[in-house]
Amino acid sequence: MTYLAKPRLFRPDTPKNALGYTRRDYEGAISTLCAGCGHDSISAAVVQACFDLDIEPHRVAKLSGIGCSSKTPDYFLGNSHGFNTTHGRMPSVLTGAALANRGLLYLGVSGDGDSASIGIGQFAHAMRRGVNMTYLVENNGVYGLTKGQFSATADKGSKNKRGLVNNDAPIDLVTLALQLGASYVARGFSGDKTQLVPLIKGAMRHLGPALIDVISPCVTFNNHPGSTRSYDYVREHNETINRLDVILPKDRITVSYAPGELRRIVQHDGSVLCLRKLHADYDPSDRVGAMNYLQERHALGEIVTGLIYVDAGAQDLHHYLNTVETPLNALGVAELCPGAKTLEAINESLRHG
Amino acid sequence: MSTVPSLQKCNDFVIKFANINGTGSASANELFARAVIAMGVPVAPRNVFPSNIQGLPTWYEMRVSGEGWLGRRGGCDLMVAMNPQTWDRDVAEVTPGGYLLYDSTKRLPRSRFRDDLTVLGLPLTEICLAEYGDPRQRQLMKNILYVGALTALLDIDFAVVERLIGKQFRGKEKLIAANVQALRLGHDAARAALPCPIGLTVRRSDGVGERIFVNGNDACALGAIYGGATVAAWYPITPSTSVIEAFASYCRKYRTDPNNGRALYAIVQAEDELASIGMVIGASWNGSRAFTATSGPGISLMQEFFGLAYFAEVPAVIFDVQRGGPSTGMPTRSQQSDLLSCAYASHGDTKHVLLFPEDPYECFTLGAQAFDLAERLQTPVFVLSDLDIGMNEVLCRPFDWDDSRQYDRGKLMSAADLNAGRNFGRYLDVDGDGIPFRTIPGTHPTKGAYFSRGTTRNAYAKYSEAGTDYVYNMERLRRKFVTARSLVPGPVRKNARLPTRFGAIYYGSTSPAMAEAFALLEARGIHVDLLRVRGFPFADEVMDFIVDHELVFVVEQNESGQLRTLLVNEGDLDPRRLVCVLHYDGTPITAGFIAGRIADIVTQNNVTPLRQPLAS
Repeated sequence: MTYLAKPRLFRPDTPKNALGYTRRDYEGAISTLCAGCGHDSISAAVVQACFDLDIEPHRVAKLSGIGCSSKTPDYFLGNSHGFNTTHGRMPSVLTGAALANRGLLYLGVSGDGDSASIGIGQFAHAMRRGVNMTYLVENNGVYGLTKGQFSATADKGSKNKRGLVNNDAPIDLVTLALQLGASYVARGFSGDKTQLVPLIKGAMRHLGPALIDVISPCVTFNNHPGSTRSYDYVREHNETINRLDVILPKDRITVSYAPGELRRIVQHDGSVLCLRKLHADYDPSDRVGAMNYLQERHALGEIVTGLIYVDAGAQDLHHYLNTVETPLNALGVAELCPGAKTLEAINESLRHG
Repeated sequence: MSTVPSLQKCNDFVIKFANINGTGSASANELFARAVIAMGVPVAPRNVFPSNIQGLPTWYEMRVSGEGWLGRRGGCDLMVAMNPQTWDRDVAEVTPGGYLLYDSTKRLPRSRFRDDLTVLGLPLTEICLAEYGDPRQRQLMKNILYVGALTALLDIDFAVVERLIGKQFRGKEKLIAANVQALRLGHDAARAALPCPIGLTVRRSDGVGERIFVNGNDACALGAIYGGATVAAWYPITPSTSVIEAFASYCRKYRTDPNNGRALYAIVQAEDELASIGMVIGASWNGSRAFTATSGPGISLMQEFFGLAYFAEVPAVIFDVQRGGPSTGMPTRSQQSDLLSCAYASHGDTKHVLLFPEDPYECFTLGAQAFDLAERLQTPVFVLSDLDIGMNEVLCRPFDWDDSRQYDRGKLMSAADLNAGRNFGRYLDVDGDGIPFRTIPGTHPTKGAYFSRGTTRNAYAKYSEAGTDYVYNMERLRRKFVTARSLVPGPVRKNARLPTRFGAIYYGSTSPAMAEAFALLEARGIHVDLLRVRGFPFADEVMDFIVDHELVFVVEQNESGQLRTLLVNEGDLDPRRLVCVLHYDGTPITAGFIAGRIADIVTQNNVTPLRQPLAS
């Protein structure tokens, strides 16, 4: 926990984004998580991503479930509305919010217990429904707030702090998301901010359900030998498939790469995902290939990170529902109420004299 | 011939159709009901159906009442027995002197009939086999055939039914011709073989007037349309499913942008009831009017979310079309048994606003009003309909709407308010009515954002574990509930002809039976004042009514007297003054039952005080 609030001093040389906001304008309340918690690094990455993307803070709605991870939206984007919902049910509340106003950016924050255990149903259905959102799972394999029980993403055979072995098979949210139709799927590591920030930026500029599974070690309950979610273990087994840069339409691409190294993917809104390949044969537009690759690497004990899959031509729930461009919450009685005359016609159709 | 005199009744009898579900009988039976209405005679049909798609027994019970009584009467004067599976019980149910219309294609032994009934046999299957080649058509047209026979037997104007068929299949000339021909076949067969008309007849009247014939679920959907709902999230469950189906169909018609065909609404079939209510809460939090429709099991599943909406103060509208509980209970039968699970839904100290429509007219008006109340009070509002209201067509007042009406969005703080420097505390009671101001996400770049949560917070929405903050909030919520008392629709009172110490409280679908029971009791010289409760929290008039009467009957369709429990609890009343009159076998309550119970108790009660002076 950070006890000391940072002073809100304005320094003339503080960097500002295109909207004139500083990074501080994207911060929130002081974190109450444990010192060294991976989740705080993710919050910092969200702040950085929104600053870099020139997002107006109030155009984001941040929603979460229950647990350590779900507390974090209070600690970033203080000028955004937030909703700390019920355990495992954030996806439905976010879906409803997204239906009401298609004009905002929706950031769902959840944990492995919240999404893979109690909330796996809602996680799955929000993915398959095509809700336009960035869904961050702060995945530490353990229940923090209730002090160290295994979650459903804990690897089989891994040990908890007291040395007990987890016998249940793990749920991999990335594999599930791929199968269920998520159109942007990534895995990051809270210990690698340079990798994580662009993954969040790409997701926030993506149209459709974007899942980022962020391995985020729990320093208090799951950072010991025998854990497969400790800082040391993840660093040793991190298999990074690519490095991402997100280029906005207004930016000029200045970086140059050797041919074949770089893959450019233009998203719906004109943003460009520039992927530096670290594995020559990996194709992030091949859903089935991605699933196979994940299984192979998992069998070797490796944790695949990077942008695993993206479908830049995907559509979202509003497209399928054919809703109007005007946010539904901006429609008034004039647009919504058919009026007395129509009602009289309805009455007439219900008479049989 | 019948051994007892045959019933002789005009515009006052019950006809029951015993059918097999999935055979197309429902639309033929409805056609018949509309025919009687078109003759100007009020009818009250009720569909008794199984939780099944094909092959199980189903009944359509229709009361013809020139006097206009729309409650279930019970009994049966004419049975249209089309289901061999239920033959014995159907035959047994007919009133002595009544009539039995059956398909005589297959001869039945005398022992399968009753000698106190007028038996009317027509070889319907035989006629269909001769007339139609296609098996499905044989089955469907058999239904139209007996409707044709009934027009002859009951002396209904053939042209009226012919016109209704024309209206139903407008633009499909082939269908019209085929149906009218079947109708004619049935009519002529009855004329040729049976004594037409029988003792039960329908005579033209002007008892229907301007009234419309509609079911409560359609009316709830229309209420949601007029009330400005844009988001509906739901999970299929009998008997509420058709609320959403009707909403979808009205939306396609009235909520499609004429310029580009785009939808001014969003309907999502969720994965379960938890997700449904979650979506409703999310959409309402974000400033849309949103609702779900469900029934008892759905209410159980939504409990945690109701607590969140109550405590985080998010509007939501829930149409609960009640069915028989507990558990899966009687999914296709009616009850009023969700009052308590809605009134106090969720853990902790919660309390919710409930509305009790009596018929489709009120499903529409209270349905639309629910959205205003939910936003004004920033809390879930439950519209408690039931299967009897929801799934049966009933005659009711035509819907009305005032075009000058605006939606009450409640206490919303705008960007202009925030720029003007207004103090914004999301949970701050600025007006003393317990209702705080809220902002919608995206309102202002730097002001008015807050964090909604189910945990305790202070008046400025900051997380807090301080007891004082918790108590401030709970006391404010209590004040808000007091405010709600004056906002929910008040009760409707009807006094007896003479002053009386007896009162009766009722609500919802009990209404038509209660009105008739009132008349039955008055005719016996028993005077009971009536009060129909329309909302919870109870308006002051409800408690005043109870105080004004020595003994108050609480008439309900559940096993434990749930409204009575609420009244005793909320009004701090002496339970002995409230006497239960309970009907809960899944069939709609009857006037005979209510009047009988009340008369018994009143009679006993009247006798007791007389003895005291004699003994002294």
